[in-house]
Amino acid sequence: MQECTLSMENNIDDSLLIVVSGDWMMGNVTPQLSDVLARLGVLNRHKIQIDTALLIGWDSRFVLFIFELQAYCAQENIELDLQGVPVAAQDLLKQVSAFPVRESGDKPQRDLGLLARLGARTQKISRQSIAVLDFVGELCLSLGRFLRGRASFRGQDLALMIQDCGPNALGIVTLISLLVGLILAFVGAMQLKIFGAQIYVANLVGLGMAREMGAMMTAIIMAGRTGAAYASQLGSMQVNEEIDALKTLGISAIDFLVLPRLIALVLMLPLLCLYADFLGILGGLLVSMSLLDISFMEYVTQTQSALHLGDFIAGLIKSCVFGVLVAISGCMSGIGCGRSSSSVGDAATSAVVSGIVCIVVADASLTVIYQMIGL
Amino acid sequence: MAYEGFVIQRDISFDIHQGDIFIVMGGNGCGKSTLLRHLLGLKMPQAGDIYYQQANLWHISPEERHKIMRRNGVMYQSGALWSSLTLEENIALPLHEYTNLSASEIKGLAYLKLALVGLVGFESYYPSEISGGMKKRAGLARALALDPDILFFDEPSAGLDPLSAKLLDDLILSIQASLGTTIVVVTHDLPSLFAIGTDAVFLDSETKTLVAQGAPKELLKHCHHPVVQQFLNRGETKL
Repeated sequence: MQECTLSMENNIDDSLLIVVSGDWMMGNVTPQLSDVLARLGVLNRHKIQIDTALLIGWDSRFVLFIFELQAYCAQENIELDLQGVPVAAQDLLKQVSAFPVRESGDKPQRDLGLLARLGARTQKISRQSIAVLDFVGELCLSLGRFLRGRASFRGQDLALMIQDCGPNALGIVTLISLLVGLILAFVGAMQLKIFGAQIYVANLVGLGMAREMGAMMTAIIMAGRTGAAYASQLGSMQVNEEIDALKTLGISAIDFLVLPRLIALVLMLPLLCLYADFLGILGGLLVSMSLLDISFMEYVTQTQSALHLGDFIAGLIKSCVFGVLVAISGCMSGIGCGRSSSSVGDAATSAVVSGIVCIVVADASLTVIYQMIGL
Repeated sequence: MAYEGFVIQRDISFDIHQGDIFIVMGGNGCGKSTLLRHLLGLKMPQAGDIYYQQANLWHISPEERHKIMRRNGVMYQSGALWSSLTLEENIALPLHEYTNLSASEIKGLAYLKLALVGLVGFESYYPSEISGGMKKRAGLARALALDPDILFFDEPSAGLDPLSAKLLDDLILSIQASLGTTIVVVTHDLPSLFAIGTDAVFLDSETKTLVAQGAPKELLKHCHHPVVQQFLNRGETKL
């Protein structure tokens, strides 16, 4: 590629002749219009001509140069003679100016003051709260219809969703809950060893898993796994106008899409929770047998004496509540998704975040309530 | 061409000459878009070769293939603009990647390309904020960003009203005239393919092969293949 150059000459009639030569291509270093203008001193000139006899190759870079020069000349009331410019480039420039220019160059950017922003936030929060109440209300109505046998969704869908959030999640639940049991036992063992009370590791792990960790860990796994999946499924249906198609057929999106997902999660989460409880206890057993010299029978008996049915029930109630929360936050983000592909990602993120926040808050409140009623 | 053993088209052979506006036509499901994906180098043909001048697209190194692919501009059916970028950023992205232009030059070029398709004033809009027709034009502006040698259009007039479709045709013609770009258009829009096409191939979904080749207007007059005649006369066959 040849170097591209630009020189300026005075014509006899006091007009300016710009001579361009070389390759004016995008990969080449080209003179900037601002540099040219700085050397130009065109204030007293009335006409600019362009000579391109030495121009070898050109592309959009050259057109841009002429385009900018044109704009400058129009602004400064200078006549620009384009006759020397290649015809094809002239055609392009004509094409550019063929469209009417829109008045406002940029989108109106509103700069809000502190108070206005505060107000907007508050309004947004109240709008969102109303949306949540709306959704929950719709869901209750839909549940009512379901209980009276009038909600319309396909049993096949429900079966698929149960499979997806039940058996298909077993692998990851196994891994996580076994590890959580191991960790609880490790941490407990360190402390209890000091008092020679190693056997109480069984109590710690058993109670911890059954009352808290089993329910909470499975719920968090499901929020990341299933809640996000729900949000992106429903979100992409929203983007493809599939939900509108359902609505125009008179089918409630809540009945058809949200209800089976909610039922599937509420049915499966307690089962997964129970499974996680036992695997956690198994994890504790592994640590106790290998590190604390506690025999299998010792550990099992200790666990049996420490755990009551009520502890499991407390965990199962929690996991039912978590199931509802995960399903609602996932489906609500999905249904409320915008129309562009990027909003599906936002919906999935907000489903996971709000799901986990809800789980932890609900766990805390339920623990307090259990304390009060003595469960 | 085949998808997992399902043959879509076989025995296709044609040349696209420089400076042509080449139309790929045929009914729904005949493999037009698949052919386009093959030509673009997005999909490897099951059998056969694709040559860009002397280079066999699938017998050269991936680096060289990418170099060739970079010389193509593509306007996808629904624009395929990156939704997280503004129109200006959409056009600036390939320029940032493949040229060493300064930021102000890139801004200027993006403005020029948008002006070329009549979208001045929408630089800071996101694709979700503009209409379908504007998305198409913005897609064209992005396809033009690197001054491609070959421009590919996938169904340019689909989803446009007749007037906008005509405007887009005019735009294609004027770009071809001024830049000398070779243009490949996949379409089944009759007014548009008669208006702009200088050469064409017709793919048939029944026989799964290419049944006619030539300028669309010539095909209308001289091609006696019944399927082609039906297609070009919208079923009102005069045979």
